[in-house]
Amino acid sequence: MEAFLVGLIAATLRVATPLILGTLGELFSERSGILNLGIEGTMFLGAFTGFAVAYTTGSLWLGLLAAVIAGVLAGLLMGLLTVTLGVNQHVSGLGITLLTTGISLFLYRVIFGERSVQPSIATFTKVSPFGDTPILGPIFEQYLLTYIAIALVPLVWWVLYRTSFGLHLRAVGENPEAADAAGINVFRIRYLALAIGGGLMAAGGAFLSLAQLGSFIFGIIAGRGWVCIALIIFANWLPSRVLWGALLFGGVSALQLRLQSTGAQLPYELFLALPYLVTILALVLAGRSATAPAALLKPYRRE
Amino acid sequence: MPKLKIERYPAPLWVRPLIPIISIVVTFLLTSLVVLSLNKNPFEAFYYFLIVPLASQSSAIEVLVKSTPLLLTGAAVTFAFSAGYYNIGAEGQLLAGAIAAAGLGMVLQNVPPVLAIPIMIVGGFAAGMAYAAIPALLKTRLDVDEVVTTLLLNTVILFFISFLLNGVWRSPVSGWPQSPEIAESAIFPRLIPRTRLHLGFLLAWISIGAVWLVFRRTVLGLRMRAVGMGKEAARFAGVKVEQTMLTAALISGGIAGLAGVSEVAGIHYHLIEAISNNFGYTGIIVAMLGALNPLGVSLAALFLGLLDTGAQTVSRAMGIPIYLGNIVQSALLLITLAALVLQNYRIRRE
Repeated sequence: MEAFLVGLIAATLRVATPLILGTLGELFSERSGILNLGIEGTMFLGAFTGFAVAYTTGSLWLGLLAAVIAGVLAGLLMGLLTVTLGVNQHVSGLGITLLTTGISLFLYRVIFGERSVQPSIATFTKVSPFGDTPILGPIFEQYLLTYIAIALVPLVWWVLYRTSFGLHLRAVGENPEAADAAGINVFRIRYLALAIGGGLMAAGGAFLSLAQLGSFIFGIIAGRGWVCIALIIFANWLPSRVLWGALLFGGVSALQLRLQSTGAQLPYELFLALPYLVTILALVLAGRSATAPAALLKPYRRE
Repeated sequence: MPKLKIERYPAPLWVRPLIPIISIVVTFLLTSLVVLSLNKNPFEAFYYFLIVPLASQSSAIEVLVKSTPLLLTGAAVTFAFSAGYYNIGAEGQLLAGAIAAAGLGMVLQNVPPVLAIPIMIVGGFAAGMAYAAIPALLKTRLDVDEVVTTLLLNTVILFFISFLLNGVWRSPVSGWPQSPEIAESAIFPRLIPRTRLHLGFLLAWISIGAVWLVFRRTVLGLRMRAVGMGKEAARFAGVKVEQTMLTAALISGGIAGLAGVSEVAGIHYHLIEAISNNFGYTGIIVAMLGALNPLGVSLAALFLGLLDTGAQTVSRAMGIPIYLGNIVQSALLLITLAALVLQNYRIRRE
């Protein structure tokens, strides 16, 4: 039982990592007033770019950096469409997801061709701050990126609530007219928020290819981006709750994996679907009291 | 860098039909860069992409085959979006229709086609509707955002299909994760012998026509457009907003379900996990390119069907990965969205 729980908690942290990164990225976008449905594709692009660059240069960190840059570019493209041109955010975001997914699939074939053996890389190694200590040792034997993701939660909180950039960002998301009148550059803030957000989403995707898998498969993101969109509502747009939401989803996913391996008599697909169903249930329960940024989905134009 | 600003300036009417054409040209200019970076000739690529598929009768018919599911998902998305209901779940509703078609098709052995085929069509429509009902009810009763729930449910039903295909429906013949074949009498008849063009194509045009008819000739269509233009204004005018959205969402799901029936009964004859090649999401591109107008939507679906066929031709002939087609389609969407802004605004130096 103890080994089961220790393994479950360790796996929960691992599964939650890309969700924490992706949801924090989405948080920046949405707090500035832009719903970025490009997240699923941006995570996919991050996973691909990270893998391709790490494979060709031999450096995992370069791979991660390249992924983040690609994510920033995807965020800026979203900015061009929704901030500058004021295009419908739902459709722009989905378009970006389709475009970044297409680009990644295309480049993967160009670079790696069709191979019978999946190309792979040596992944990031785990760090183990507690060494062989029972319980704590195995729980905290995690990838560095997991620690970075968790550390980002208070950092994002600090940025949003304790810096002038964060104040401006929230103001722009709540009331762009008032923010503009107060001399805040609405357009610049939104572009910055989308760029930071895109970088974080891509890092979440890169975690999967560079740390967890060591390869790039076409189903690598498998709807995690959409889960992040749901987690934002679950978290009521608050950074601290992002962590709890991601851990809850991660926990259900990890439990599902473990129950499978214990030979539970239920179809494993039910367990795979369970986190999604729980997320919808959570939306029903939490979504009703949720308070979205007031300017979310509304393009802003100076006339 | 000069400061640019965007200001309201409605374009003259004659510009509007040009917008899709400008978008297509810009898209192909940008995609040329991709082709050039592979050291291949973009003119040759576009020849295989756009001309070769239309050059022979058999491949031109294949374009119609490829456009069939896109006509249906495009019509489905158009129907919901027009009522301001963002149904991103056509993919999942298509899969629900496909499951129903495969299931019914298997049990309809020894039933004459005149009965079997309508049963499958009605069953697939109902399945798509039922799957669309979950997010639609959550939206209209509990105000849960439909974009998120439809996206999540797209993934959920994939797991359900995987469960079916790896379990009760696993083909006893091949052992592959695919369902047993549907009864011969449940297979859609061919519209043109010795081609893959099947009854689904006709079904698709009937659906497009029905969407047009509802929009232009019924009270429901009027209410839908009122809600789509502004919920509060529509409510003020006495429209039952929630009920209208629910109806639009359900019919939208039903049409998407038909796309699943069409793929199962017209093309594959059994259920496979890859029964939808992202048709639900491409339907969103189709609907937006067609400006939520039935005529525009049908043109857009035919054009994207051409791009699907062209991606295969260019891949075979020049060794360019088939995913170039995905890039062209999604780039076309984004560029059109950007270009449509020019309908009402212009960019000027400040």
